[in-house]
Amino acid sequence: SVSHSQITRLYSRFTSLDKGENGTLRWVSSRIQLTCISYAKTDLLKWLCREDQVNFRGFMRTLAHFRPIEDNEKSKEQNGPEPLNSRSNKLHFAFRLYDLDKDDKISRDELLQVLRMMVGVNISDEQLGSIADRTIQEADQDGDNAISFAEFVKVLEKVDVEQKMSIRFLH
Amino acid sequence: LDYQHVQVPFEITLWIMLASLAKIGFHLYNKLPSVVPESCLLIFVGLIMGGIIYGLNDKSPPVMDSDIFFLYLLPPIVLDAGYFMPSRPFFENIGTILLYAVVGTIWNVFGIGFSLYGICQVKAFRLQDVSLLHNLLFGSLIAAVDPVAVLAVFEEIHVNEKLHILVFGESLLNDAVTVVLYKLFRSFCEMPTIKSVDVFAGVGKFFVVGLGGVLVGLSFGMTAAFTTRFTKDIRVIEPLFVFLYSYLSYLTAEMFHLSGIMAIIACAMGMKRYVEANISLKSHTTVKYFMKMWSSVSDTLIFIFLGVSTIGENHEWNWPYICFTVIFCLVWRALGVLVLTFFVNRFHVNTITSKDQFIIAYGGLRGAICFSLVFLLPDFHRKKLFIAATTVVILFTVFVQGMTIRPLVDLLAVKRKRESAPTVGEQIHIRFLDHLLAGIEDISGHWGQYYWKDKLEYFNSKYLQKILLREYDQPKSSIVLLYEKLERKHAIELAEAGQLGHTLPHPSFLCSGFLCSNSDRTVVTDQKLEDTLNLDVLENIQEILARNLYRIRRMGPAYNRHTLPGETEPGEHAKEILILRHRSL
Repeated sequence: SVSHSQITRLYSRFTSLDKGENGTLRWVSSRIQLTCISYAKTDLLKWLCREDQVNFRGFMRTLAHFRPIEDNEKSKEQNGPEPLNSRSNKLHFAFRLYDLDKDDKISRDELLQVLRMMVGVNISDEQLGSIADRTIQEADQDGDNAISFAEFVKVLEKVDVEQKMSIRFLH
Repeated sequence: LDYQHVQVPFEITLWIMLASLAKIGFHLYNKLPSVVPESCLLIFVGLIMGGIIYGLNDKSPPVMDSDIFFLYLLPPIVLDAGYFMPSRPFFENIGTILLYAVVGTIWNVFGIGFSLYGICQVKAFRLQDVSLLHNLLFGSLIAAVDPVAVLAVFEEIHVNEKLHILVFGESLLNDAVTVVLYKLFRSFCEMPTIKSVDVFAGVGKFFVVGLGGVLVGLSFGMTAAFTTRFTKDIRVIEPLFVFLYSYLSYLTAEMFHLSGIMAIIACAMGMKRYVEANISLKSHTTVKYFMKMWSSVSDTLIFIFLGVSTIGENHEWNWPYICFTVIFCLVWRALGVLVLTFFVNRFHVNTITSKDQFIIAYGGLRGAICFSLVFLLPDFHRKKLFIAATTVVILFTVFVQGMTIRPLVDLLAVKRKRESAPTVGEQIHIRFLDHLLAGIEDISGHWGQYYWKDKLEYFNSKYLQKILLREYDQPKSSIVLLYEKLERKHAIELAEAGQLGHTLPHPSFLCSGFLCSNSDRTVVTDQKLEDTLNLDVLENIQEILARNLYRIRRMGPAYNRHTLPGETEPGEHAKEILILRHRSL
């Protein structure tokens, strides 16, 4: 789990993002709309915590996914609950961000939405559709024209997700 | 016989011809390059040539002139390295690379210098007159890892990307440190007294040299990108601009006593993105081809000259000094890597395993830069000793370390480069994670690499692209580019299989060619094949082909000397197929 100094630091950050009362975070997009082209930052926190109001606990829980995997944790016993920052949980977290309707599959439409935000505005819808089709074709193995979690994991098996999805919280 | 008239160009061409023929010769024997790295073979050829010349003329063969090396032979290699540098791993590891390049080199210089001075104190070796300053000067030129040698050896052993980029990046970026220290110690040698002010001036100079070089490079790079914006009507000279601007940046930096290598790398990396969007596809291929060709020729010439220059009477053989030099080079590098990696692993998510550390330490090859620098030393009575020591170190590192590194990599089972076809899905997910991480970093108030990358992207899209790119709409993102590239390849494969004119391939021909070789599930009945091409059948077949036939040509490593990164030109009817496919799906 996270150390004490890290918790205090995150809490001060949380309260600075907070607009409302009693430690719950309300969506005031102006506060979060910092100048940044990365996709949907205003929606990002919403998606991250999967609810409209986020309290500190949810915030912490979300950020806990991004802790780097320590070597000594790997030798922990298998029958405890898997820690939040394991590879499979990290991947699951990313998967849930694609999967808007929470049906455990990334359908073509969900993929299209993500693609649209990432690729920019000067690509025609038809081409975007082709790209989405191709992505699904590459990943899909059971022929249902959507990407399930297992297929998602397989696509990313060569990518070093543990290192990519980790942030070292210093001091 | 008018030999005097054509002598200089004639001899140059003959040398280049010899180099190229030697290269062909090596590749005729398939087994040889896998055991002995090419650089060793080339030095060997150079030794033979040197021996022949020595025997014929009975005087020392021409030594490689340092000016020729620094002005003509080195820039193409560094340009090639900088242009094809994979920028994502480079910038992800930039902290580590800089740490190794700067702190590691300084550590090596002082370590080697002081320990050699200690050796000189021993009376038995008759080295009393080599002063501390001379030793430090020698240390400064022998400590730096050489990019030419590293490239030559590492590109044949295909280690994992991170390891490759660490060693290679370090060898490129330590030029700034080397330049500063070398010039500093050389000026100290000539000054009667040294004040501490001078030392501080030296430290300040390092920053000026390094950052100044990068700035010069970037400004030339941006100018190049800007120039290519207007070259739409004169496509033929587009590649020339790339080379001219890069070479100018190198020469300008050298003129101001800044680091030329860093300038040319900054220029290449800065302009690549914009230039590639502006110039035509053919110009693009031309640029790649010429770069590879020039760097290949330079590389070969350097090694041959190294061999030639070894023979001769330029050496003073003081065996204890030489042996200890070699030992100290190895020892100090190993220590430096160990200590620095310890610090890196504490502050970074990316840990460097001990196997990787060993390869980093072992891969610290010295090469032609040391050799040229030693010839540039002012003439003093012990210069020949230094020349001899440098030669031995270079030969040792290239031959012994170069030859044994491949078996060691196999023995230690170092993680190799993953050979896998790129997929659009992977690219999308990686980009998505980039954005996600940038958001998380921003939210948690942590200014990490994703945050800065994001800010840079923003700056790029808002300002730079508008100025430097020809068309006003944004260049296609890498996802779209990758998708298009893969689609083209697919279409070409279809075209090749079909061997066709302008009509679509008859399904029977395609299927018999492809499906037979497939162990697969779907079967297309003969009945359907005999039907005329209606759209359903076509779609079915194309879908089958798309799903089962994904043999994408493997992209060769971008930093391979012999082959180009995978590139195909869409033929006329490959494009037709593409259009027809899109229409039908």
